[in-house]
Amino acid sequence: MDLLEKAVLNGEKANLEELIAAIPYAQFIGMKVEKKGSELTTLLPFSHDIIGNPMLPALHGGVIGAFLETTAMMQLIDISDGIYLPKTIDLTIDYLRSGKPKDTFARARVTKHGRRVANVHVEAWQDDKEKPIAAAHGHFLLKPSQDDNA
Amino acid sequence: MDAEQLKEAEEVIKSMLIDHVPHAKAIQMEVQKIEPAKAWLTIPYQDKLVGNPDTGVIHGGVITSLLDNASGIATQMALPERQSIATLDLRIDYMKPATPGEGLVGHAHCYKITKNIGFVRATAYHTTPEDPIATSVGTFMLAANRAVPMGNTAEAIAKTEALMKKANKRSGE
Repeated sequence: MDLLEKAVLNGEKANLEELIAAIPYAQFIGMKVEKKGSELTTLLPFSHDIIGNPMLPALHGGVIGAFLETTAMMQLIDISDGIYLPKTIDLTIDYLRSGKPKDTFARARVTKHGRRVANVHVEAWQDDKEKPIAAAHGHFLLKPSQDDNA
Repeated sequence: MDAEQLKEAEEVIKSMLIDHVPHAKAIQMEVQKIEPAKAWLTIPYQDKLVGNPDTGVIHGGVITSLLDNASGIATQMALPERQSIATLDLRIDYMKPATPGEGLVGHAHCYKITKNIGFVRATAYHTTPEDPIATSVGTFMLAANRAVPMGNTAEAIAKTEALMKKANKRSGE
C-alpha cells in the first residue's frame, strides 16, 4: 500500500509520526515529529552519526539541510489533505551558527501555498529559539503531474 | 600544486573525510578524485537513505550532504594550505529524482576565492554531469575557526589527526 494512503487511513489527516517512521532516511538520522495544538515541531536528537566536524564538534551541514527540508515537507503535508509527498524544487539554506552536539528542533511556516507550488520558510535551533543555527526557504511541487507516478 | 602535493592532499582529504567525519562514514561517502579547486565524491545506493519508500528514491537530504561536502572539499582544494572553513549558504535546485539502485556522484568546483569567501558550484549525477539530479551554488567562510591551525606539513597533519581522534572519542565513538 502507498505510504501516505496508509497514513491517511488512520485519520482524516496523515499521521505524521507514522509517516516519518516509514521514511528510511528520516529514521536513519533519527528525526522525530511532535504536534502540540496546531503547531508542528520536529526534533533531531544528537547522535554520533550526524557529526560533520569532530574537532569542534559540529553537526554535518548536509544533515541540518535534510532536517530542514523534511520539516518543510511535514508542515506541507500537515496543512493539506494531500496523499502525496511534496517534491523539493529548490532549497536555500543559510548556516547561521555551528550545530552543537545536542538536540536540534525546527519549525516551518508556509509563506505561500499555491495550487501547484508552495513556498516554505524553516528555522532550526538548539537552546534558544531566538538564536537559530540554520534557516532555509524552499519551493515545493505539490501535485505530481499526470504522467509522473514517481 | 604539483602531482606529489596533489597526491598527498588526496590522501589527507580521504582520511579526513572517511576516518574522521562520522556522518560521511555513516553514509559511505568517499572521495573519488580531487584536482586543484575541484572535487568528486561518491555515495553508493543504500536502502537506509531512501526518502520515499514507495519509489525507493534517495532522500534529498543525502544530496544536500553530498553537495555540501563536495563544495567544502573543492574550497579546501582552492586554498594554498588547509584551513578551517564553514558553509555560509547553499542553494540546491532539484532537476529530477535520483534513480533507485544507482549510486551518486557529486562534483564541485570552487571557481573563486577571495580573502574571506570561497564561491562554489556543484552538480550531483549518476553517470554524467550533463544529466544532473541536482545542482548547487554555495559560499564558504574561510578561516572560520582560527583556534585550530591547519597546515599541509606532515607535522600539522599528524597534529590535526591526533586532535580529531581525541574529538571522536569525546563525541562518543
